[in-house]
Amino acid sequence: MTQANVLLENKKTNFIPDSFNGRKLKNGLFLSIVILFSLITISLVFLIIGTMIFKGYHQINWAFFTQTPPNTFEAMMAKSSETLIPGGIINGITGSLYMVALASILAIPFGVLIGIYLYENSKQRYAGMIRDITDVLQGVPSIVIGLIIYLWVVVHITKGYSAFAGSVALSIMMLPLIIRSTEESLKMIPDSLKEAAIALGTPYYKVVWRVLIPTSFTGLMTGILLAISRILGETAPLMLTALGNPAINWNIVKPSSAVPLLIWQFYNDPNMVDLIWSSTLFLMAFVLILNLLAKWIAAKRKF
Amino acid sequence: MIQVSSDKILKYLLFVASLLILLISGAMVLSLVQGSMLSFHQFGWKFLVSDKWDPTSGSEEYGALLFIAGTLFTSVLALLIAIPMAFSTSLFVAEYFRNTRLASVVSTLVDLLAGIPSIIYGLWGFYVLRPFIVDIGLSAQGYGIFTSGLILAIMIIPYATSLTNTTIMMVPNELKEAAYSLGATRLEVIWNVIIPNARSGITASYILAFGRALGETLAVTMLIGNSNKMPTGLFSTGNSMASVIANQFGEASGLQLSSLIEIGLLLFVITTIINAIGKYIIKKFA
Amino acid sequence: MVIPSITSEINNMTVSPKLTETKDMTQPSIISIEGLSIAYDKDKLAVKDVTATIKKNAITAIMGPSGCGKTTLLRAINRMHELYPNISTNGEIKLFDESIYDMSTIQLRRKIGMVFQRPNPFPTLSIYDNVIAGYKLNGINLKRPERDEIVETSLKDVTLWDEVKNSLHKKGNFLSGGQQQRLCIARALAFKPDVILLDEPTSALDPIATAKIEDLLIDLKENYTIVLVTHNMSQAARISDNSMYMYLGELIEYDTTTNIFTNPKNISTQNYITGRFG
Repeated sequence: MTQANVLLENKKTNFIPDSFNGRKLKNGLFLSIVILFSLITISLVFLIIGTMIFKGYHQINWAFFTQTPPNTFEAMMAKSSETLIPGGIINGITGSLYMVALASILAIPFGVLIGIYLYENSKQRYAGMIRDITDVLQGVPSIVIGLIIYLWVVVHITKGYSAFAGSVALSIMMLPLIIRSTEESLKMIPDSLKEAAIALGTPYYKVVWRVLIPTSFTGLMTGILLAISRILGETAPLMLTALGNPAINWNIVKPSSAVPLLIWQFYNDPNMVDLIWSSTLFLMAFVLILNLLAKWIAAKRKF
Repeated sequence: MIQVSSDKILKYLLFVASLLILLISGAMVLSLVQGSMLSFHQFGWKFLVSDKWDPTSGSEEYGALLFIAGTLFTSVLALLIAIPMAFSTSLFVAEYFRNTRLASVVSTLVDLLAGIPSIIYGLWGFYVLRPFIVDIGLSAQGYGIFTSGLILAIMIIPYATSLTNTTIMMVPNELKEAAYSLGATRLEVIWNVIIPNARSGITASYILAFGRALGETLAVTMLIGNSNKMPTGLFSTGNSMASVIANQFGEASGLQLSSLIEIGLLLFVITTIINAIGKYIIKKFA
Repeated sequence: MVIPSITSEINNMTVSPKLTETKDMTQPSIISIEGLSIAYDKDKLAVKDVTATIKKNAITAIMGPSGCGKTTLLRAINRMHELYPNISTNGEIKLFDESIYDMSTIQLRRKIGMVFQRPNPFPTLSIYDNVIAGYKLNGINLKRPERDEIVETSLKDVTLWDEVKNSLHKKGNFLSGGQQQRLCIARALAFKPDVILLDEPTSALDPIATAKIEDLLIDLKENYTIVLVTHNMSQAARISDNSMYMYLGELIEYDTTTNIFTNPKNISTQNYITGRFG
């Protein structure tokens, strides 16, 4: 026990100078900083949303949802007589809904199929490569997507700015989101469920349609809603593809407006400024509702 | 035997669908390269280091340097501002108030930040933040690198927190307890146990957030001042890669259009590299 | 089932010198627990009114079926249980006649070290740095020779020195479970604490590694007071001097280990010892 004795000797002489109070002070100080910074972060959310509500609510009326925007002159007249700016953003609302619907039709089937493919072949090198490329695609800046769709669709297919070009741009932004959320929600299904179906002699395609997709349906829905809420506010790619349109447009090869495009347009016209906040309020509310809906579905889901 | 062939059809269909991703990404790169050819033939590699951007017909000359600089300056600044905010929020949610109601409220609010569209940030920056910066006397017009960096910082906070939160929560409780049993304070546990053990996830999430900042368009366009000059300081105006594309694309044609596409290609390459690094760190160390 | 009052247990222990020529009865006590109650929720008591004194330079085992509060009691001794949320504690614990609630947790935990169920060396630190992790965490800067000496004596104390002396600056993940656990004991010893608390330290280890740790603990009690939670009765019988038996948060019986195993006073203890429940 000589070592132990050495240790005992050390113990007697081992005086450790230390400042407990200093360390406790630092500890408390750090916590205060953490709380302070967190408060600043969340107060930004309230500041931004509060600004929108405070500045935007009085322009929200029936006309806002049913009429197209006024021209600059009408807006100027309204401003000088201090009345509400007439007109609304109906062309933007229809354009947004139209293009988002079209984008969903393009992106969802492919996205779900590719998601299933990645899930089924998760260990393969090729699938791994597809997954990596999907991640790359998700990281491509939206303006670059707009640029590319301009080169593909605006220049070569519709020979001009068009709702279709806008939809394709949006669908390419949706695709990676749908693929990854499909794969993730399929992964949450217990293997035993799939194995049970296979053990009953169910053919593979039926396992997919009758077991995998229905069980992960809520997961798929969450992913789709979140993807839609992401692309609803996209502006930059639409500037390069759909351009904007002062009237309601249902023609797929003609330029189309969208709520974010209108916001951009209002921002560039000093007479329209008052319409900005009501439009952002509307856009934000729409995005928020989709987000909350997605969260609500996700919270209720089993797999 | 109908069933067997249905199975084959489905497997085939799934595989063909996966080819779409290859097709899209391949064609993207191809189109960008093809579109930049005109500019590349004209300016070659000098495009990367030239700070001239002159669309006057007859003496057209284009270079990407000042836009690259604007993008990097704003994004780096954004990251520097975002890190303390995001890290504090992560510690709040994933450590100090972990699993409490308060934490879930805070994390929901931070998620909300991610849901706000870029153009709304731009407007808020323009109408609220910019006048504020003028009021406190930081700059005369309120435009510039600093204002854009600040708004970008707010935008990337949710991206910087989400992965960080997960990795902080994954640090084994046993290690934290070991440190507490040695007399460490909470701060010392955070500094010596949580951060070293969650290091790769934290790094990756900040890299990915940086990648997002690089590609942001409208919020920056509305605040950076859009002046085609080299930024000289925090409150200097400038222009970014994404902004110049958004601003000049409408009127551009010929050599200018090709130069803008080349800037798009550069932006694509830079963000892809940054994202790849982030994903690599996650894969390697997760 | 008759549960005798705790004070009578203590009296039993102190006045029954039959088998106890052993030194543990003559040893002075180092920790005294007085009326300690701990609740996780308002009504759910994890530890109920425990009173006991822990003898210096002895191994005290705390036994009992799972959920009996033994781990909570152990953690209360260096206030580690306060890391759980919503915990409330009543009663008093004294170390050398000084209330542990008058000390900062920093000071207290330096005097009372802890070893956990699963080996938990810091994976980001080298073996060397793991041993002096306590100093590093507490921001105490030691000179190189001091550090070297602490690392060497601590590792020698846990008989790990010869096994790792050539790879001190490597990370410890190549060590076996038993070696890792001995490294964790060395980490606790590096501070030269008065007491070491061990929470089922061998439950994740194989029998050979377990035997090594048990031998080590017997050596260590020369210089340290050891409190050991175990659900392994034969382990308690092999190495401990005194044993506590806990059931549903109460300290049912506390006596010399010999007495507990040969002549338990309480029927519940008897049932547990003989394997009839638990």
